[in-house]
Amino acid sequence: MTNPSIEAVNLSKTYGSFTALSNLNLKIEGSKCVGFLGPNGAGKTTTLKIFTDLIRQSSGEALINGNNVHTHKKAALANVGTVIETPEIYPSLTPTEALGMISAIRGIPHSERKKKIEDVIVEVGMQEWANKRVGKFSKGMKQRICIASALLSDPTIVLLDEPTTGLDPRGMSEVRDIVKSLKKKDRLIFMSSHILSEVADVCDEVAMIDHGKLLVYDTLPNVTAKFAGGANIVEVELIRPIDSSIMEKNIAVIQGVVSAEKKDDKNLRIKCSGGLDIQEKVLSDLVRLNIGVVSYKPASSALEESYLNLIKDTL
Amino acid sequence: MEKPTTEVGHKVPGSIAQVGVVMRYSFLDYLRSRRFVILLGITFIISGILTGVIGYYRPAGFLGSPLAFLSGWWGMSVTFITVLSGIFFGGDAISGEFQNKTGYFTLPNPIRRSSIYVGKWLSAFIAASIILLIFTVITLANETYYFPGVSIPWQFGESFLFAWFYLVAVLGFTFFFSSLFKSTSYSILVTAILFLFAFTLIQTLVSALAQVEPWFILTYGSQIIGNVLTTTYPEHITTIAGFGGRGGAAAPTFTTFNVTIPEGLAIIAVYFLVTAALGLILFERKEFN
Ligand SMILES: Nc1ncnc2c1ncn2[C@@H]1O[C@H](COP(=O)(O)OP(=O)(O)OP(=O)(O)O)[C@@H](O)[C@H]1O
Ligand SMILES: [Mg+2]
Repeated sequence: MTNPSIEAVNLSKTYGSFTALSNLNLKIEGSKCVGFLGPNGAGKTTTLKIFTDLIRQSSGEALINGNNVHTHKKAALANVGTVIETPEIYPSLTPTEALGMISAIRGIPHSERKKKIEDVIVEVGMQEWANKRVGKFSKGMKQRICIASALLSDPTIVLLDEPTTGLDPRGMSEVRDIVKSLKKKDRLIFMSSHILSEVADVCDEVAMIDHGKLLVYDTLPNVTAKFAGGANIVEVELIRPIDSSIMEKNIAVIQGVVSAEKKDDKNLRIKCSGGLDIQEKVLSDLVRLNIGVVSYKPASSALEESYLNLIKDTL
Repeated sequence: MEKPTTEVGHKVPGSIAQVGVVMRYSFLDYLRSRRFVILLGITFIISGILTGVIGYYRPAGFLGSPLAFLSGWWGMSVTFITVLSGIFFGGDAISGEFQNKTGYFTLPNPIRRSSIYVGKWLSAFIAASIILLIFTVITLANETYYFPGVSIPWQFGESFLFAWFYLVAVLGFTFFFSSLFKSTSYSILVTAILFLFAFTLIQTLVSALAQVEPWFILTYGSQIIGNVLTTTYPEHITTIAGFGGRGGAAAPTFTTFNVTIPEGLAIIAVYFLVTAALGLILFERKEFN
């Protein structure tokens, strides 16, 4: 299987004299989750709409797996699941029917449809509503069905525009879990969001955009290392509870660690004295301690710092 | 540069199969919608009024012959029913995808926009045809009640086909307007005004005042539906001399126009082809924002 990829080549979108998107060049390739960040009106939705044939670029190309979305839409979107803004579903259809329509359009074989539809409905927690008409659903319930429709055909690329907006706190955390679980299945996920903690939590890389221009596209640790302005805090997740004595005796003394604190039994926040090279050293020392490190990533606050620094710079 | 498709996962069906899918589900939506019920209600009310009036007053003009009956009953009301179902099912078919944001659900899938357009058109056509068929059945039931044992005049078959063909053009037209606007109320309002008033008004002005044949008006073409039910098809152009002018001036004449069958069919066909093409082009270019 080829690596999933999406690519914007000199992509621009103008509305009259207003430039919503200006010469965007961005190539994202491989199985990972990429967060798409930027202030209101930055051009995130505009970009995603061009990639899904909802609007047309003024110039440039939008390619998915090498296929031009505009000229070869069927090939380009064949393995792409999307939720852009808040789609509505024909009100008199039930989720089962609406998803039946999408699975038929996408060519999911008859024999698999029923099970696939049931599976995605369970995945978004809507089984009780599977056969009720969508017309009376709340915004969040519809959003869940739309997420279900994006997952239906087991796509290799998922494009999401603020997938958790409109959801209740429980729904947000459920959708976050869904996105996380999608990651494990070898996919490219490109997701716009304003919730930086969410991005720091689930994304491997971030692309930041402002005034229609790309500011940065890099891995999360690189972005925070470069732009967080010295706030090098990493979050460490452990598989088993850690003893307080180990914190003081073994961790606080690691070279490069400025301070270490426990968020709870299995989560630590460690402030490092420098950039990626130091963080890497700290990680290898932590692993050597055999305390069950399962994840090690820049703190969400670091992403927030980077975001504010980057966006401020362009004003 | 374009690279050939790299296919992974499911094979996306051909466009014709996808048209069928869109057609099936939007037809389901039509069948369940309130508008289908309302339209059915209107059809029954019109039929009810006709049944009542004829049953009570027994107008000689209706009861002279089966043809006269059908001409009075069907000829008077079928274009109205056709136009109404065109507006009901086509008026917001495309604009609704924008305004109600249902397009955001269907469009970002591996399906051409034209397949969605055509699928929705076909489902509207089937829904409207059901209404037309119901009205046809009621018409014929009444006709057989008053003329039992007499076979239905063949002209009615022609008239029915013309009406059905007219429905094609009406729906082509309403779909075109529906993709012209992003607001459902505008698209419904504009098509309703055009069909229920403007076309007839322009037609009258052009033919009666300007004395020009209104061959460019769709409703003029639709007159073949009623005309074919007259005992002898009306003359294409009739010119009658008016009263003599004062002081020996030439007598003014007054001309009335009746569309011929080939002309009527051509008008309907051209309206359909042009509006269908324009509607498709508009929908292809329209942006969701
Ligand atoms: N139809 C339109 N006509 C004119 N300007 C538009 C249109 N659609 C979008 N814009 C402008 O394009 C810019 C980018 O909008 P876009 O929706 O992509 O922003 P966004 O990054 O998604 O913002 P948000 O975080 O608020 O969702 C905005 O300034 C917006 O006003
Ligand atoms: Mg947006």
